[in-house]
Amino acid sequence: MTPRRVVITGIGVLAPGGIGVKNFWSLLSEGRTATRGITFFDPAQFRSRVAAEIDFDPAEHGLNPQETRRMDRAAQLAVVATREAVADSGIELTGIDPYRVGVTVGSAVGATMGLDQEYRVVSNGGLLDLVDHTYAVPHLYNHMVPSSFAAEVAWQVGAEGPSTVVSTGCTSGLDSVGHAVELIREGSADVMIAGSSDAPISPITMACFDAIKATTPRNDDPGHASRPFDGTRNGFVLGEGSAFFVLEELESARARGAHVYAEIAGYATRSNAYHMTGLRPDGAEMAEAIRVALDEARINGDAIDYINAHGSGTKQNDRHETAAFKKSLGDHAYRTPVSSIKSMVGHSLGAIGSIEIAASALAMEHNVVPPTANLHTPDPECDLDYVPLTAREHRTDTVLTVGSGFGGFQSAMVLARPERSVA
Amino acid sequence: MTGTATKVVVTGLGVAAPNGLGTQDYWAATRTGKGGIGRVTRFDPSQYPSRLAGEVPGFEARDHLPSRLLPQTDHMTRLALVAADWALADAGVKPQELPEFDMGVVTASSSGGFEFGQRELQALWSKGGQHVSAYQSFAWFYAVNSGQISIRNGMKGPSGVVVSEQAGGLDALAQARRQIRKGTQLIVSGGMDASVCTWGWVAQLAGKRLSTSDDPERAYLPFDAEARGHVPGEGGAILILENAEAARSRGARTYGEIAGYGATFDPKPGSGRPPALRKAIELALADAGVTPDEVDVVFADAAAIPELDRVEAEALTAVFGARGVPVTAPKTMTGRLYSGAAPLDVATALLAIEEGLIPPTTNVEPADGYDLDLVTGEARPAEVRTALVLARGFNGFNSALVVRAAH
Repeated sequence: MTPRRVVITGIGVLAPGGIGVKNFWSLLSEGRTATRGITFFDPAQFRSRVAAEIDFDPAEHGLNPQETRRMDRAAQLAVVATREAVADSGIELTGIDPYRVGVTVGSAVGATMGLDQEYRVVSNGGLLDLVDHTYAVPHLYNHMVPSSFAAEVAWQVGAEGPSTVVSTGCTSGLDSVGHAVELIREGSADVMIAGSSDAPISPITMACFDAIKATTPRNDDPGHASRPFDGTRNGFVLGEGSAFFVLEELESARARGAHVYAEIAGYATRSNAYHMTGLRPDGAEMAEAIRVALDEARINGDAIDYINAHGSGTKQNDRHETAAFKKSLGDHAYRTPVSSIKSMVGHSLGAIGSIEIAASALAMEHNVVPPTANLHTPDPECDLDYVPLTAREHRTDTVLTVGSGFGGFQSAMVLARPERSVA
Repeated sequence: MTGTATKVVVTGLGVAAPNGLGTQDYWAATRTGKGGIGRVTRFDPSQYPSRLAGEVPGFEARDHLPSRLLPQTDHMTRLALVAADWALADAGVKPQELPEFDMGVVTASSSGGFEFGQRELQALWSKGGQHVSAYQSFAWFYAVNSGQISIRNGMKGPSGVVVSEQAGGLDALAQARRQIRKGTQLIVSGGMDASVCTWGWVAQLAGKRLSTSDDPERAYLPFDAEARGHVPGEGGAILILENAEAARSRGARTYGEIAGYGATFDPKPGSGRPPALRKAIELALADAGVTPDEVDVVFADAAAIPELDRVEAEALTAVFGARGVPVTAPKTMTGRLYSGAAPLDVATALLAIEEGLIPPTTNVEPADGYDLDLVTGEARPAEVRTALVLARGFNGFNSALVVRAAH
């Protein structure tokens, strides 16, 4: 029996500067940036005061007052992205056995925003050790357990199949989709609503990244603060967002005449077993994840047309990742356009992996590779073709997208056109 | 050999439970019905409507872990690291002797390092952002246990983290089995939660499922007419899962096989569709290739919310017939451990298989109307070859897992 093949038939995206797939792609293909000085709260006390925020009004996107109250912002983003993905796919979920429809939601930090706000209240500004339950909001437990995000998405689409949150730090957005692909392949589901969401722009997050100098202090030029692969890079810009996909088995997608964006042909995750936040410069474990993902896709590394990089803009990440591409693809790494959309939409932690899958699928759709914005100053340790500043028309049949995160997780996914010949 | 025909076995157990630290103490207590629920000691619970918890006794992290790990770890991570050490030792595995990409870590988490998070939130809001620990960026988040276990043991293979509240513990074991079937030799798996801090307490109270009784023997009574919520606990279990052939070739002792798994999600409230737990059970049995009459015992989820107890009892009756299979819930001795509960139940099921003894559901007198053969009072001697473990997560996650004797 040939293994079931899994394709993307619907995409929904909420990214800074780009709500909806159309706006998102405009931002990327025009090389615009959505990073700015923080507006959600007064960031004066923090070292890094820039972020990539979404101008998001839940009511405008059809969430009623009770849903808005019940859900953390990350769950709200997830539900809206899910709706767009389902509408985009044209799938009639009511005609499918609900037990065959599952949900995976990636999230690194869950309901951080809701927890930060509610802690402040029940502790009366941090004064109480014995925090006061009489001031707790009724849905605080849904903030405590981010599995509530998967529940919200499942309720949205009427799914009753395998459903869970995947939380592997900054690779969550890749791992969530990779997990969903696996469930369809093994026959546990026929349709998966898969994606991820994070909304971490909150004082506690700024504080914790300040403490390890992971985020950029380039507060004087917020629009150009995210500088992956640039010689002057000095940390990432925190973002927020969500992307969701309708994933289906290839033959049933074709049978219903669905538009197929891409096949998720290969996926793998490995760990560096080194440090919770540090990376060894050789990129060996990411290279191994890439090798296994290519192997699973039965695609030679030379066939990769575009690499959608993790490209967070920290000194160590961009060096680590560049080494991993060279190690896994050899000379082909030098011939392949590589770019980081985090230069434009920031780093939304567990969400960005899915947003980058969306960008990869759209690059295939348009045969246009999004640029790395703000890349002016070469870094001798980052010597690949990073598509600086301007998007590039480029035949894109096969994409490698990768992620790297705290906890040591390294993930890689290969997207390809399903009509390619499969050995 | 890889693929769905690959047998996956459990070769090591590491337990940290409220009624026993370490597998030996835990089983000695559990088989004799000795509970570990008591008044909260980790903070003064007087002002809260719920005051009982299952706390892991006698755990001194510094006795087990290097001092450099202490400032960067929440209580639940320390428990997980130590339980992983014990599980590896129990399995006779020395990680440094195995290929590093052939070992991974897949854990479940329900609420992360909530106590660590509370301390840093307090620092932020009472003193300012510059007082937040450099470890806050990872010590509280849901992926931390998998990350820390992989680092401590040099495991570079596929790792992961699932969050589906209490159902997640089974989802993690299923994902571990999946990775072994795809070719990884060994996965450290299971779950550990420990949110017995005031911030975690207040958030759990908001969930409206905690018992308000002050009597440790009357507080958590699933399937009883007096069921009125659960007692929360801390702890769980870490298990070593291996490819059966690889385990055999290294001469490992085997507790049993992870034979089947199924997962569903309940319909949205008000949809009129039936609860999905029964379907999860049927999927797990079919996956294991066993018929209901081959199941020797069921470890129930045992929510102790009357409506949820009824759903579970009806699902079991529908699959097994009225009083068709012995059912037990030893978690009445520990409280509900969230992501740690189901891995602990799986460990308990494997110990029940080993000894031929079904541990009891303590303190409970089944209410009229539940047609269950609930093992109450004392443990029941029985030949146990196949066990079904159920776990449900808040909001409607249902998971079922079948374990089977190795021989």
